[in-house]
Amino acid sequence: MSLPFLAKKPIDLPPIVSVELIQITEKTNIPFAPKAKKIIEKVKEKEKKLVSEQAPPKKVKKKKPDAIPLPDEKVNKIEKIKDEKQNPEKIDNEVKQVSEFEKKELFDPNNIAALIDKSKIESSEVNKQSKKVTQDQERNVEVTGLSLSEEDALKAQIFGCWSIPLGLPFNENLLVRIRLQLDPDGSVTKSEILDHARMNKPGQGFYKVLAESALRAIKLCQPLRVPTTGYERWKELQLNFDAREMLEG
Amino acid sequence: MIKKLFYLVLFIFLPIKVFALIEIDITRGNLDPLPLAVSPLSIDDLSKKEFKNIVKIENIGSEISNIVENNLRTSGLFNPLSKDAFLQAPDIANLKPRFEDWRLIKAQALITGKVSYINEKLRVEFRLWDVLAAKEMMALAFTTVPSNWRRVGHIITDKIYERLTGEKGYFDTRIIYVAEEGPKTKRIKKLAIMDQDGFNNKFLTLGNELVLTPRFNPTSQMVTYLSYFKNLPRVYLLDIETGTQEVVGDFPGMTFAPRFSPNGKKIIMSFAKDGKSDIYTMDLENRIVERITNHPSIDTSPSYSPDGKYICFNSDRSGYQQIYVMNSDGTNVKRISFGKGLYGTPVWSPRGDLIAFTKLHKGKFYIGVMRVDGSGERLLTENFYQEAPSWSPNGRVLIFYRETKTNAKGEGFSAKLWSIDLTGYNERLVETATDASDPSWSSLLSN
Repeated sequence: MSLPFLAKKPIDLPPIVSVELIQITEKTNIPFAPKAKKIIEKVKEKEKKLVSEQAPPKKVKKKKPDAIPLPDEKVNKIEKIKDEKQNPEKIDNEVKQVSEFEKKELFDPNNIAALIDKSKIESSEVNKQSKKVTQDQERNVEVTGLSLSEEDALKAQIFGCWSIPLGLPFNENLLVRIRLQLDPDGSVTKSEILDHARMNKPGQGFYKVLAESALRAIKLCQPLRVPTTGYERWKELQLNFDAREMLEG
Repeated sequence: MIKKLFYLVLFIFLPIKVFALIEIDITRGNLDPLPLAVSPLSIDDLSKKEFKNIVKIENIGSEISNIVENNLRTSGLFNPLSKDAFLQAPDIANLKPRFEDWRLIKAQALITGKVSYINEKLRVEFRLWDVLAAKEMMALAFTTVPSNWRRVGHIITDKIYERLTGEKGYFDTRIIYVAEEGPKTKRIKKLAIMDQDGFNNKFLTLGNELVLTPRFNPTSQMVTYLSYFKNLPRVYLLDIETGTQEVVGDFPGMTFAPRFSPNGKKIIMSFAKDGKSDIYTMDLENRIVERITNHPSIDTSPSYSPDGKYICFNSDRSGYQQIYVMNSDGTNVKRISFGKGLYGTPVWSPRGDLIAFTKLHKGKFYIGVMRVDGSGERLLTENFYQEAPSWSPNGRVLIFYRETKTNAKGEGFSAKLWSIDLTGYNERLVETATDASDPSWSSLLSN
């Protein structure tokens, strides 16, 4: 019986991921419309049932304002996170927004398109007002690369394809940066190792092994799990393969 | 001028959307064995006939590829695919493989080659291919006497291992150990030597005296060990090539736990007298003996760091047996093990980064490793009784021995060699002709 991880460093506790998750909740919180659309589609299918199911929230709202049932469990979770970490005023606005939307939804389920459009505009206006988004910030959001869920999907795919060579000296710089050019379907048209000169340097034989393993991972993973939209954003990607975390343990 | 101004205005006011390059950090990967294909080495009919007469083997090409395949599998880092799945025949030694065929069976690397009989010599060519990149990674050829064919398989494995992992292999090596036979109360112990895969086993002593703790020198030509010759336990030196042996030093008492210094010029060992034991070294050139520790406790199991600047050893000077590190002249002694239990048999890794040890805690024995400052202790394997770890020359694998419990009648005892890699997952029984204990791994023979 082996005890391989008895006194290992806690490699499974990367703090960076949790930070990123917080950022993502803000992003995914913005558009209510798609979620609303889904719900409304369900409403269409089960008109009578849904009305009867969604009627109770009005009562609940009166009794316990905090326990307002939101249209989506995910939204509910996000709200909870914000409740713990962010200022409560903003959350109140958003809760109101959601609850008002629900009312309208229940009130007139046939006028879906108008509702979606309106909710979009309203929510974005509210967000702009409350967050005071400047033009630069708005531009940054546009320029920022993949959303975290998109990035996670791509990472998860490559994690599975990358066989890390175990013999590498983990006290060395084990970072390989590879720039990719992609087709819209995620196929790699060009891959370039940015520190190519290091591959042939004396005493850096391990770097060549590492770089080759990274290239193999990319080839094995093709086509990459890229978003279906926004090709201009990700037609060029840089993957930074870093084996230190895995090997140090 | 106006035209330039127009372009300038156009440049400033045109809504150009610039996307920053997206960077994604890949900090995780899988540690699954790399799937690869070892194609049987092709051989022409004439060579096949010659080798069959000389080494009595039907197809030496297949046998060598089997050695390579077995070595890669036992390393735990590679997963050689079944030959039944191969779509391309072995006669591809001088051709570019059909990579799509090998991709189809999920091979990421491919090994091809051929064997020929030239001028009464065995010539082996092999190539390593990156299947996904569709390119050759390495091509080498070896020529040797036909009887050396097993070693060729090990050397090829070392080259492949090094090319794919970035560190030297450990396959062209030998293991010296104590072969044991007979009942537990009347055990016959002989020095024995074998290839790391258990083949070519030879006994070096007859079993008339009890022998313990054999250790190779850096060139793997000499062995130092403890022998109870004429019931007097002393450290001996044995030349494997010539068979000559001699007592190390002239100590008025018991000497034990010997080990060579990294340059092979000194032997470090314990000398016990009057209920205490200290660590000494003896220079093999001028026979000068030097005392390294001087403490009223039991200091034993010394082992040099690869650069020869430090020594780790175990001592009960704190009241319990623990691991200590000191300068090679005996100064600056520091305790490095502070966990619960007793620590013994520390061995410094050839890479210099870790110290392997045996730990006894709550009646169970563990083989573990810690950093040289005592941090990062990891227990790799636990059992009823096991001890004496010895490093592979690349510092990636440990070999040790494990004894089994006897039943109420005192039967069922056995001692076997086991190996485990630093991940703790790849634990394997090392096949030996008899029961075995006290293994010591040689350095790479082909260096």
